[in-house]
Amino acid sequence: MSDLLAEAERILESARGSEEIEIYLSRGVDTEVRAFQGEIEQLSTASSAGIGVRVLHDNEGGAQVGTAWAGSLDAEAIDDALREARDNMRFATEDEFVAFARPDGVAPARLQLTDPSVSTTPLDEKIAMAVELERLVRDGDSRIRQVESADYSDYVAEAAIASTLGVRATYERSGAYVSVEAIANDGKDDQTGWGLSAGRAPRELDVQKAANDAVSRATRMLGAVKPASMKCTAVFDPRTAATLLAIIGGSLSGEAVVRGRSFFANRIGEEVASPLFTLLDDPTDPRHFSASTFDGEGLACRRNVMIEDGQLKAFVYDTVSARRAGTSSTGSAVRGGIAGSPSAGCRALALLPGELDQAEIFARVGNGIYVESLTGVHSGVNPISGDFSVGITGLMIRDGQLCEPVREITVASTLQRMLLDVMYVGNDVEWLPGSAAGQSLAISGIAVSGS
Amino acid sequence: MSPLVEQDVLQRVLGTALERGGEFAEVFVEDRTTSSAMLDQRRVEELSSGRDRGAGIRVVVGETTGFAHTADLSERGLLAAAQAAAAVAREGGGGVREIKLSDLIDYPSLAETAPGDVAKAKKIELLLHADDVARSEGNSISQVQVALGDSTRNFVVANSDGVFAADHQVRTRFNVSCVATGDGGMQTGYRPIAGTRGFEILTADAVAEAARGAARQAITKLDARPAPSGDLPVVLAGGTGGILFHEACGHGLEADAILKQASVYTGRVGQLVASPLVTLVDDGTATGEWGYLAVDDEGRPGSRNVLIENGALTDYMWDYLRARKEGRASSGNGRRQSYQHLPMVRMTNTYLLEGDSDADEIVAQTPLGVYVAQLGGGQVNTATGDFVFGMTAAFLIENGQITAPLRDCNLIGNGPDVLQRVDAVASDFSMMPGTCGKDGQSVPVGCGQATMRLSGMTIGGTAS
Repeated sequence: MSDLLAEAERILESARGSEEIEIYLSRGVDTEVRAFQGEIEQLSTASSAGIGVRVLHDNEGGAQVGTAWAGSLDAEAIDDALREARDNMRFATEDEFVAFARPDGVAPARLQLTDPSVSTTPLDEKIAMAVELERLVRDGDSRIRQVESADYSDYVAEAAIASTLGVRATYERSGAYVSVEAIANDGKDDQTGWGLSAGRAPRELDVQKAANDAVSRATRMLGAVKPASMKCTAVFDPRTAATLLAIIGGSLSGEAVVRGRSFFANRIGEEVASPLFTLLDDPTDPRHFSASTFDGEGLACRRNVMIEDGQLKAFVYDTVSARRAGTSSTGSAVRGGIAGSPSAGCRALALLPGELDQAEIFARVGNGIYVESLTGVHSGVNPISGDFSVGITGLMIRDGQLCEPVREITVASTLQRMLLDVMYVGNDVEWLPGSAAGQSLAISGIAVSGS
Repeated sequence: MSPLVEQDVLQRVLGTALERGGEFAEVFVEDRTTSSAMLDQRRVEELSSGRDRGAGIRVVVGETTGFAHTADLSERGLLAAAQAAAAVAREGGGGVREIKLSDLIDYPSLAETAPGDVAKAKKIELLLHADDVARSEGNSISQVQVALGDSTRNFVVANSDGVFAADHQVRTRFNVSCVATGDGGMQTGYRPIAGTRGFEILTADAVAEAARGAARQAITKLDARPAPSGDLPVVLAGGTGGILFHEACGHGLEADAILKQASVYTGRVGQLVASPLVTLVDDGTATGEWGYLAVDDEGRPGSRNVLIENGALTDYMWDYLRARKEGRASSGNGRRQSYQHLPMVRMTNTYLLEGDSDADEIVAQTPLGVYVAQLGGGQVNTATGDFVFGMTAAFLIENGQITAPLRDCNLIGNGPDVLQRVDAVASDFSMMPGTCGKDGQSVPVGCGQATMRLSGMTIGGTAS
């Protein structure tokens, strides 16, 4: 048994009378290196640990719950957190739907999500990767004027969840990333491009690919113009498509639904998307960097089909939102670290791949716009009303070919409309950090605002 | 109150941080307590309390910064972190250095009523009051969420130049979010109250006004039509439009982007970069505002810095590290999210000085355009200057009159171009709170301006 779980069980022994307690403990080690002009600009190494406590009491009128957390695992911090959680509980409204998760018998997937070589790889090798990444970008094209950041980072994180209702869960995950931001200049203007490679350990990273990506994205944007406003088909690249899926995932949260904050509410069984659109949330698929054996309440993660052939099939639930909706948890509690309480959310979204590669999609679309980056997603997308308007950069598609680069434009529609207007789903799945994988996605009827 | 860590310990930790030959070392010790309460559909769903305590230590050697942080505030824990941060200094050095700190400058909190002195029952009363007021605005209000949060951030910062300062930052925030449901679907309304103050800012009247504003905004938008697509004049209501300057030039005037030549404003000090109506200030001393700081997270007192004066670029914003490279003083803009983060150049309260136009006149003199009553954030690429910001409450202007409500969308432009298009600034100045994200770190900032007009900007709607 992991020592974190043993510690969580020890804390549970302090439960008093008929109260229920849930303990979430986490611990992690992080390394971050930024290279600049062949040297280390920043090197940061750190370890952190913390506790999140929830205390619940069942009364006649329903349960009350109180929460507290601390960024430390020392005895005093843990005692303070327990005391605060108990005090906070007294002020919560009694609610018949409030409850902690009960073990539901679903067996956790067997996943190996930690690569121990993250910890054993010498620091010098990690530094060398950041320095090499910067050099490859600078040498990648004579028009690269600057490398704004060239970063290597990795982490190993572990967590334990235990409750007086019998939940016992531990999980561990490692990750390693290189990312780089390049600025290209053609003597007239500057353009930027971003490259990334992700894995569970440094040995899985492809530094050359990240560098090439940043160089080609920055250089091919040179000479970008602001086109006239138009309505057309937009082809989102895998990264921007992943962002779209993550937004859709937010509205598939059972919590948003029971709170009356999702445009999908009351639409189960309806055709909400193109028949080409089958969306899964599957944290048991180890290709997702966000894969996990257990959810944020310590229940086994499972594969959930959200939208199948365009038909809305399900929402994801944690314990409380499931009870409100009259159903059971889908093992989809997410929590934002020690300070966050569990809530329902998608963790590992992916579309079932289509049959076309990107070039074939361009050929079929004929004329449109290829979207390579999004800005203002948090300010221009309203997941409740569905209004969608974001800044983009990309390239025009003419006669099935990528043509001139474009910038300083927005693309707009509504999320509801965009799902129905999906024309092609690519076979070029890219596994990315975050809660969604992505692939090329063609959507018609997009309003482009330009000059 | 007793110091988080004793002076002699801090001196020994700094000495150890420099034992391998670094040129500068800093210890930042932080003890932050937070509490939050959330009301959803009249249910008090959750009260949460948290405490985070620890120290971040950095060592600068040439162009390299080493950083480590620890939650262990014992001398042993701090020395271990100092050694980890010092590992970037590879050449050895002269052993443990003797560091002498100057006398502690201890800045007082502005809070009249500290969060810890407020009964939890009193907080809940306010949440329910906001819910009552919001629902009384109309039957179409289908969902109300109210959140109250406060934080007390005590920190001490000491460095090898002898700087030794402590601050006690109390921040209080109250948000009302409403959903209205009508035939055409759901619409949202949102209002924040926030200040670097205590509970005294949350009067029953202030809370009711926020609740009313959020509810009316959602109800009004039920009749909203799609926003236009393309270039139109834009009138920004007082307060909210400060985000325009935050994105159009604020980030591009941060010295870290400048020194890396990753900003369109590099090398442009002294030049005209904006309309002569633009005088832009970043002001850490704006008392009680959301981005207020008595002292920044590097121990430098907050200050009022003029960035653009009558359209001419006067200066950038600086933290310790970037100022040191240029042989000048920091402008008090070195900030960090927590002890677990390295400081960098950040804005505080960024605002446009008032002009002398009349707000109503500006609208009356706009034949066709968009009136933006509230903005919801934005994003910029500092290297190209392209930026967006989102409107969350907006109306069409037709024949000098504010008419139909518009659905949410982003506006897009290029910073240096849009700054030239400011063609009227009124005198009804106000400020808005926001959260600024950069390089993975979030800090509280304020934005401000009076009602103003842009002669044209690209509206990212769907209506032709």
